[in-house]
Amino acid sequence: MNLTKKLVLAAAAVAFTAPLAMADLVFPSLSYRTGPYAPNGIPFADGFEDYITLLNERDGGIGGEKIRLVECETGYNTTKGVECYESVKAEGALFIVPNSTGITYQLIPKATADDIPLATHGYGRTSAANGDVFSHVFNFPGTYWDVATVIVKHMKEQSGGSLEGKKIALVYHNSAYGKEPIRTLEENAKKDGFELMLLPVDHPGQEQKATWLQIRKERPDFVTMWGWGVMNQVAIQEAAAIRFPMENFIGVWWSGAEQDVVPAGDAANGYKAATFHNVGTDYPLLDEIKKHVHDKGNAAGDGSHIGTVLYYRGIMNALWAAEAVKKAQEMTGKSDVTAGDVRDGYENLVLTEEDYAALGLPNFTVPINVTCQNHGGPGLGAIQQWDAASKTWSLVTDFIEADRSIVDPLIAADAEAYAKENNIAPQCK
Amino acid sequence: MFYREAGEFKTTYAKDGATFPISFDFWRFWILMAVAFVLVPMVINGYWANAVFLPFLVFSMAALGLNILQGYCGQVSLGTGGFMCVGAYAAYKFMTAFEWLPVPVIIILAGFITAIVGIGFGLPSLRIKGFYLAVATLAAQFFLPWLSSKWEWAYNYSATGQITAPERTILGVPIAGPQPEPWAAYLLCLTMVFIFGWVARNLVRGRIGREWMSIRDQDIAAEINGVNPLMAKLSAFAVSSFYIGMAGAMYFMIWKGAAEGTEAFSIIVSFDVLFMILIGGLGSIFGSYIGAAFIVLLPVIFKNVFVGMMGWPTDIAELTQRTFVGVLIIFFLIVEPHGIAALWRTLKEKLRLWPFPH
Amino acid sequence: MFLTDPFFWEVVISGLLAGVMYSLVALGFVLIFKASGIFNFAQGIMALFAALTLVGILTGQLPFAHVWDALFGLGAHHLYDPPVNAEGDPQLWFVALAIAATLGVMIVLARLVVGIVLRPLVGQEGIILFMATIGLGLVLEGGGDLMWGSNVKPLNVGLPDNAPSDMIIDATGMFLSKLEIAAAFVAVILVAALTVFSQYTSMGRALRAVADDHQAALSVGISLETIWWIVWSVAGLVALVAGMMWGAKSGIQFSLSLIALKALPVLMLGGFTSIPGAILGGLLIGVGEKVFEFYIGPMIGGATENWFAYVIALLFLLFRPQGLFGDKIIERV
Repeated sequence: MNLTKKLVLAAAAVAFTAPLAMADLVFPSLSYRTGPYAPNGIPFADGFEDYITLLNERDGGIGGEKIRLVECETGYNTTKGVECYESVKAEGALFIVPNSTGITYQLIPKATADDIPLATHGYGRTSAANGDVFSHVFNFPGTYWDVATVIVKHMKEQSGGSLEGKKIALVYHNSAYGKEPIRTLEENAKKDGFELMLLPVDHPGQEQKATWLQIRKERPDFVTMWGWGVMNQVAIQEAAAIRFPMENFIGVWWSGAEQDVVPAGDAANGYKAATFHNVGTDYPLLDEIKKHVHDKGNAAGDGSHIGTVLYYRGIMNALWAAEAVKKAQEMTGKSDVTAGDVRDGYENLVLTEEDYAALGLPNFTVPINVTCQNHGGPGLGAIQQWDAASKTWSLVTDFIEADRSIVDPLIAADAEAYAKENNIAPQCK
Repeated sequence: MFYREAGEFKTTYAKDGATFPISFDFWRFWILMAVAFVLVPMVINGYWANAVFLPFLVFSMAALGLNILQGYCGQVSLGTGGFMCVGAYAAYKFMTAFEWLPVPVIIILAGFITAIVGIGFGLPSLRIKGFYLAVATLAAQFFLPWLSSKWEWAYNYSATGQITAPERTILGVPIAGPQPEPWAAYLLCLTMVFIFGWVARNLVRGRIGREWMSIRDQDIAAEINGVNPLMAKLSAFAVSSFYIGMAGAMYFMIWKGAAEGTEAFSIIVSFDVLFMILIGGLGSIFGSYIGAAFIVLLPVIFKNVFVGMMGWPTDIAELTQRTFVGVLIIFFLIVEPHGIAALWRTLKEKLRLWPFPH
Repeated sequence: MFLTDPFFWEVVISGLLAGVMYSLVALGFVLIFKASGIFNFAQGIMALFAALTLVGILTGQLPFAHVWDALFGLGAHHLYDPPVNAEGDPQLWFVALAIAATLGVMIVLARLVVGIVLRPLVGQEGIILFMATIGLGLVLEGGGDLMWGSNVKPLNVGLPDNAPSDMIIDATGMFLSKLEIAAAFVAVILVAALTVFSQYTSMGRALRAVADDHQAALSVGISLETIWWIVWSVAGLVALVAGMMWGAKSGIQFSLSLIALKALPVLMLGGFTSIPGAILGGLLIGVGEKVFEFYIGPMIGGATENWFAYVIALLFLLFRPQGLFGDKIIERV
């Protein structure tokens, strides 16, 4: 076969990918601006990018070092995700935000071996909250299992303090992501005495008629959803079409963005979703971004997503990463930190309400206090509700604490099994 | 000029039927193999292994398999992803149930399991033909990954249905699992692809290969001439699925280290492999490799050129690249509908005569 | 046990309605296959492309805005503000205009496809033409997103929403989506129009002549290229209708192109060459998969709809290899 030709091409390609010798802080963004999940990926990537541009424009980077953003398109596909990982690693990435539960699973062993921290805020492998076993994974401020119990708690409150004899349906994306909460909800069902109904929806999820007929037939009191992409929009439409009371329909924090509810129009009114940060546009940080980034014409994408839920998710990811880098700079005393230093930075990250206020996000999100054992953060979640008339989300609860008595034993068991399977010695003293 | 054939005399039938009848081709092939086996492992790193060489080798294997079925036996199939899924999950079960099994043996066993499944899905081919068969094989494509996500035994009752390969070593070198040594993983895959490429080459020029081709060219005529269509079609499905199953096992154990049936082996994989053999050349072993190289490398090269060199936004680069690949496919089909392998053949004929075209 | 279940008939009827939506996509495949023997894999992507174009025109989006932005730093994203009525919905005449303009785009596209892609490939095997349409699909997929962006866009053309019709609930207790009922009407009109077109116009007769025998048609002076152009344009129209119906439900986004996968089993079942087959096949598949998912699905873990349609079609083909109404396959040595 024609390997010579291939090698020539390959050699040409290596010339292009050869890492640039610059002392910048390399922030990779594994984004997906194309493909079936692009509507969700674009605002996230824009928020991430805008925050980094802000740091560069306003503060000149972090600790005097400019940040270099390396974007790589994954299309929400694991194959491309792994390729992106290898290429940003070659560029000297300080951390990885995989932006997909599937990619996270692939990268956990690789990133651990390469000493690069994986920041999977609010998704990925839940048991990675156990920092003893998963030394390089950080999934604060909460995991899928935390949020599952938060949602159940909210349902319990709604139905007057008890779920005894109630029926809860889980409509989920038939993938690793969608299956994450099943075990927790099963445990929770035992504890609170409700009945759990599982309703998977296959990718992409444009046809859900039978699923929702099932719901109409079985009449669950509550429905929760682990959906992503077009599945969210269709599910909300179908829920409205069977006249399911929307206030009893609560999505996970990845099923609660403007993109999910807007196409459904008025039908989506009253739909709820979990979240780990506040909503609205009334924050000093947004003004800063407008002033230093958008007004100078440096907005990522078309700049239209500012202030939306997933845009904030992007900001939060960039913000936590930047704070971890700051922490690493403090700890090492040098400005050009390595990926290993940033891992330590993540592990010692402490952010209080005052810190957030100083960063321009007062009353916005939950305080973080990462320790060697606990990478999963406080495990707090609030519930937001959609108002179709004004096209805004609003928080309807305070931040609710997850049911630790359910989540913690599950995390311990799963982490222990993983440690045994892969011969991992606990890292914490 | 490039080919000096003076003095090459074929004195036996065996020589006349050799794969590389011209000594220049013969030497060139072995020099290439020497480069592939000796030089590449010395310089390979994680990026090259995971983004270029391992995908190329894995998909070469799958393309070989599909080419046997479609290029040699004429049975159109869109079930490749489903069969790779079977191979991957079979490998996972073998890995976790029998920890002492060496990796190459697991790959071959996974191939056998897939062959059995392949025969099952090949049965309708006796009744259904052409595009109807192509669409019918989609049943395998959708059913098998679905089964892998629902049959808890297949993924050892893990919480998410994701399968993760435990680490395996050969002589102390990690070869399969989450973080195999790049050169070792590459060498293992290369060896498998080399051996089974050789097997395929000899299968298709033997009795069974001729049976397949006669079925492809005209199945009724073949039947009249004494070819048993049942045996020919099912054997093609079996051999093809065997290769594709091995590709799936390599994909999971060596290249990715973790997989999720419905995501990793979606219909996109089936189409990619189909592109490979159509662009490379139907009914050509060489075409399977060149097609795999084309489809695996093209996006990587485009990405590096657009994003790395020209600094385009990633989404524009990705979409432009997709458009380009589409244009290239149409272009190739118009220029040479029988694939790059046919183009290569024409070129070679010209080179043999060059500089005297008559 | 089924018949006494109050939900049984609702499952069946919503299956029928879903089936109509599948048929809409399948129709496009059949038209092209019948006239030119090409299995047009790009049909689903044509639906996406048509819907994207429609929304783009409706909202006055600047094509390739993102590209201009990246290349020249042009901040503009809008060409014009669409005329709206008191409720903020676009004016009806403007919607009609936008649909007509989109149809124009699809006709131009059809011309380009026939001229650039198909003409050089005349006489090639089916699989080669099939591949070419996959290439075309990639071009439209990349090109469409480059042109109009990858965001999800709500489609607002005055179609009824997905909410159930009160009248039907009162009368029968069934929850049937108004959108899907509208889709069923549209499908009926479309099929009737296509039938009239192919039976009673001279163009239609030429079309059928080409479908019967290319060379015989050529020898009586029918231009193959013109016929193909017309067929691809009509398929473009069908794609636009399918894109609108599906897009009204989920918003216009990339996933729309994946509906083609739902149409393939319909084609198998109905036969690649039969318009009534596409309709009946769609209905059978719709009902079959809904009933299976509803009654058997929960026992085996659910999410069966993707593969079950293929399995029905496969089992069916074992008994009738050319589908329900497909042309009998005659084999000669």
